[in-house]
Amino acid sequence: MNIVVLVKQIPDPAGPQELNADHTLKREGKLILDESDSYGVEIALQLRESAGGGDVTLVSMAPNGETSGLRTALAMGADDAILVGDDALPGAAALTTAKVLAGAIGRKQYDLVIGAVESSDGYVGVVPAMIAELLGLPSLTFAKKIDIDGSVIRIERQTEAGYDEVEGALPALVSVTAGVVEPRYPSFKGIMAAKKKPLEQVTVADLGVSVPGFNGNEEVTSVEDAPARAAGEKIEDDGTAFERIVAFLDEQKVL
Amino acid sequence: MQFTEEHHQFRRTVRDFVEREINPHCDAWEAAGLFPAHELFARMGELGFLGLEYDPEYGGAGADHSFTVVLGEELGRCSGGSVPMAVGVQTDMATPSLHRFGSHELKQRYLAPAVRGEMVAAIAVTEPDAGSDVAAIRTRAERDGDEWVINGTKLYITNGIQADWLCLLCRTGPESSGYTGMSQIVFPTGTDGFSVSRKLDKLGQRASDTAELSFEDARVPVANTIGEAGQGFQQQMVQFQNERMIAAYNAVGQMDLALERTIAYLREREAFGRPLVANQYLRYRLAELVAEVDLLRHYNYACAAAYMRGEDTTRFATIAKLKAGRLIRDVADTCMQFHGGVGYMEETWTARFFRDARIVSIGGGADEVMLRVLAELSGMGK
Repeated sequence: MNIVVLVKQIPDPAGPQELNADHTLKREGKLILDESDSYGVEIALQLRESAGGGDVTLVSMAPNGETSGLRTALAMGADDAILVGDDALPGAAALTTAKVLAGAIGRKQYDLVIGAVESSDGYVGVVPAMIAELLGLPSLTFAKKIDIDGSVIRIERQTEAGYDEVEGALPALVSVTAGVVEPRYPSFKGIMAAKKKPLEQVTVADLGVSVPGFNGNEEVTSVEDAPARAAGEKIEDDGTAFERIVAFLDEQKVL
Repeated sequence: MQFTEEHHQFRRTVRDFVEREINPHCDAWEAAGLFPAHELFARMGELGFLGLEYDPEYGGAGADHSFTVVLGEELGRCSGGSVPMAVGVQTDMATPSLHRFGSHELKQRYLAPAVRGEMVAAIAVTEPDAGSDVAAIRTRAERDGDEWVINGTKLYITNGIQADWLCLLCRTGPESSGYTGMSQIVFPTGTDGFSVSRKLDKLGQRASDTAELSFEDARVPVANTIGEAGQGFQQQMVQFQNERMIAAYNAVGQMDLALERTIAYLREREAFGRPLVANQYLRYRLAELVAEVDLLRHYNYACAAAYMRGEDTTRFATIAKLKAGRLIRDVADTCMQFHGGVGYMEETWTARFFRDARIVSIGGGADEVMLRVLAELSGMGK
């Protein structure tokens, strides 16, 4: 079973985050594996193990040729990686990203493509569906569980109320929700082995992809700080507090 | 010392492991007076934490000492000193002699399971009447055919309750034999005649099981002797260098975290209409400590580099451990002071840190022992 996992390398969320003049995120220095993607990597490794073989290939795009996040996923157990690095890519919009990644995926033979529902720095959340469309694959989204049975894929698709069972034919693309499995830690052995795993670096031209002027169809016009949290309301219990709490929850439409 | 991408990756793994698998449980372990060493070590063993520098034949990673530096610094970021100390005992205090001097059979039987985290190890040197003066130990091993018959008491033994085996230093020669009449013996704690006489109640490191151990006619094979009989003191002195180095690496991690947390608190906490961090006295005092920790960090790196070149690191390890013990007391005191009332509360991390930090100047050779060694190395005689 050959699986391609889309992974993003992002600035460490534990560090200070800064924006460029065009409101895009600064991506200088060391980047790390987006935690959102670690779940997809783990699921891919488990699927490969239960299939009894195959390759897990990472596909990523990074503006500065950074490979640290990919090394982490290779250390977890992925087999190889393709990194698209190109001076034309910084600030790429979702459709550009999808076209570039689809071009890179096309270099491999695959049964399944796995991506995160959304990255934890950009939160755009449309790239997996765009790639499925570009590659002509069935798109199964918000998966919290994946089962493969021959050439059929079944997922549990997370919904507000629970989950739907969705079935498709392989090859397919699945987006997985965060937190659905426990990603393994890269072991010391895995870290050392990752050093020798193939990591192919290609440019947009190598992929033969035409991108719609890298940011042509999307523009961030302004950025504002999140509004400060307003003071909460204190309810003193005079014996009827529950009524006010119920009314409040009702008003928030959570009941 | 040059850190590579692999060091960076390993640092990240250890940091994530500490944040997810250790820190959420520290409060409960402190309250219980024990952390589950077998459970935790097995997981650390799987990830290769417990045998970084050891021979792959015994499950080690065959890596160089620079990875031990990374492990030590990152374990320092645990919420308390108990776990890093226990791990340090396993990797750098109880097992280096066995790896260096032990027979193949002994290593297969005791080192390999310790590297996998299936066996917990402890180092048993200190006694009621022999602490800093190691040569004064009285625990005796008398030879009877192919067995040692052991009698005596060991005190303040970290991992003492949970240990499966001890690296036991005892006297095997006559009382008058001094430095040349001691041996290191692998002592399985399942042996008849062995008992844990007391679990000790300590000021800090409260999640760590520290015990008094008793030996009454306990018999172990002479084949359990590590290296050469009669060379135990000399072998232990070499092993102490690893102990002092790991203590200094841990301390840097602990102090980094404490200063980061204190700075974050001072940025948030307001007094006299502005954040405390704007107060020049407070910020400069913290800046001084940041500088001192950085000096120790790079002194440690110089020590590690010398160790990797195969040099004798007695002087480096002694100075690093002395400085670590004194500096961490200063950092712990300052962090508590700058937190004010809330810093004195048990619910704030500063309280545990204040208690736990105190051991660095006492364990692994007290500050005064470090000074004694340094005085001698500096030409002031014994």
